[in-house]
Amino acid sequence: MKTTALTQKHISLGAKMVEFAGYNMPVSYSGLNDEHMTVRNSVGVFDVSHMGEFILKGEHALDLIQKVTSNDASVLTDGKAQYSCLPNDKGGIVDDLIVYRIDAKTYMLVVNASNIDKDWNWIKQHDTWGVEMHNISEKTSLLAIQGPKAMDTLQKLTDIKLADIPYYAFAKGKFNGVDNVVISNTGYTGAGGFEIYFENEYAEKMWDNIFEAGKEFGIKPIGLGARDTLRLEMGFCLYGNDIDDTTSPIEAGLGWITKFTKDFTNRAAIEAQKQNGVSRKLVGFEMIDRGIPRHDYQLADAQGNIIGKVSSGTQSPSLNKAIGMGYVKTEFAKADTEIFVVIRDKAIKAKVTKIPFLKK
Amino acid sequence: MNFPAELKYTKDHEWVRVEGNEAYIGITDFAQKELGDIVYVDITTVGDEVEKEAVFGTVEAVKTVSDLFMPVTGKVLEMNKDIDSAPESVNTDPYGKGWMIKIAISNPAELSELLSADAYKALVGA
Repeated sequence: MKTTALTQKHISLGAKMVEFAGYNMPVSYSGLNDEHMTVRNSVGVFDVSHMGEFILKGEHALDLIQKVTSNDASVLTDGKAQYSCLPNDKGGIVDDLIVYRIDAKTYMLVVNASNIDKDWNWIKQHDTWGVEMHNISEKTSLLAIQGPKAMDTLQKLTDIKLADIPYYAFAKGKFNGVDNVVISNTGYTGAGGFEIYFENEYAEKMWDNIFEAGKEFGIKPIGLGARDTLRLEMGFCLYGNDIDDTTSPIEAGLGWITKFTKDFTNRAAIEAQKQNGVSRKLVGFEMIDRGIPRHDYQLADAQGNIIGKVSSGTQSPSLNKAIGMGYVKTEFAKADTEIFVVIRDKAIKAKVTKIPFLKK
Repeated sequence: MNFPAELKYTKDHEWVRVEGNEAYIGITDFAQKELGDIVYVDITTVGDEVEKEAVFGTVEAVKTVSDLFMPVTGKVLEMNKDIDSAPESVNTDPYGKGWMIKIAISNPAELSELLSADAYKALVGA
């Protein structure tokens, strides 16, 4: 199993560890609900160093990014980031990712840990320009510091004015005495906060000093369990659950990161879907009767006909109700439509809900 | 972790407290820790005779769901209604307030097949 620079730290803190994407990762520390509420109400830290980072450099870096991603990266300026995806040529999604423009000739792509090799090969395969590419995943640590007290915590460790970094923008500079740290106003929780990228050798010192800085706010380490409940309350897609090689960006509600202002892989087919509509859609739903939806449970109509399946589900710690996302036939995709989740052979009533589940 | 010596255990992580011909059943401290925050316990078998090792209900935690297995054959007499409104007691007091069902034991001979606290402790490596 692979480790991050902080795996031993998690074990020494008593985290429950699991294998995730080939890495030995913390799934929980103090308990999922407690960790979840810590992020919603104060500040928590996730080690997400398993994520992959690629650097693309040179004259044609942008050309390659434009070709393989669905969003329009040409609108980025230095210090801006963008959520995007890599469409495959069969109507599905290779991965979702964040594109960072460091400067006009240097970009960083941040991809899912489970897809690092797949993405690398996919991008390489489409590179007709000979773009300089570096896979810096193994030597890069990534901490997500999330929650309403994240900024107050991190500001103690840098002279860069964090309040001046807008959402989906980043600064590169000195943080905790380390140069060239990427401080990004992004995250996967909807709670606000930053993600910081730096080299592995600084990981322990970063972790320790962030915890020292956040002590007064009751900062806690957060595992992948709470990461999942936090993202699901926001309706953020998880690759492998809500999107995969077979789901199209249009079906997944990712039309907003699919820009037909440029050419890209499988553009014609995706554009046709956008114009003609799709037969299934990813929706959010909440349970009306008691039950918790789980990945791959079937969804049914009132007559018991199967209309789709659950892609993600959980009990929402913030809302104290069971929520989920799933693909349904388009005629069932409207908000407030009654649907049923098949749980242990019983149809349990739910209703389609607009996402995010957690309103600001 | 705590495994009271007076209880019997199963490899599926249930405990049994025998009281004459009846028994109380719940899940172990190890099981509640593995499951994490428990949201509710779904018991569908009250009034039924359930075979040893058959499913008598399920426990839903935030992250996962797990079946509950009968340690011995018996009739399910009642379920712990208090855990409907306070499912967290399965986490905080698994052998006390977090009990799940009370049964009438059908075949007392089966009790001898259950694990002692020490044997169970060894099984979970605690």
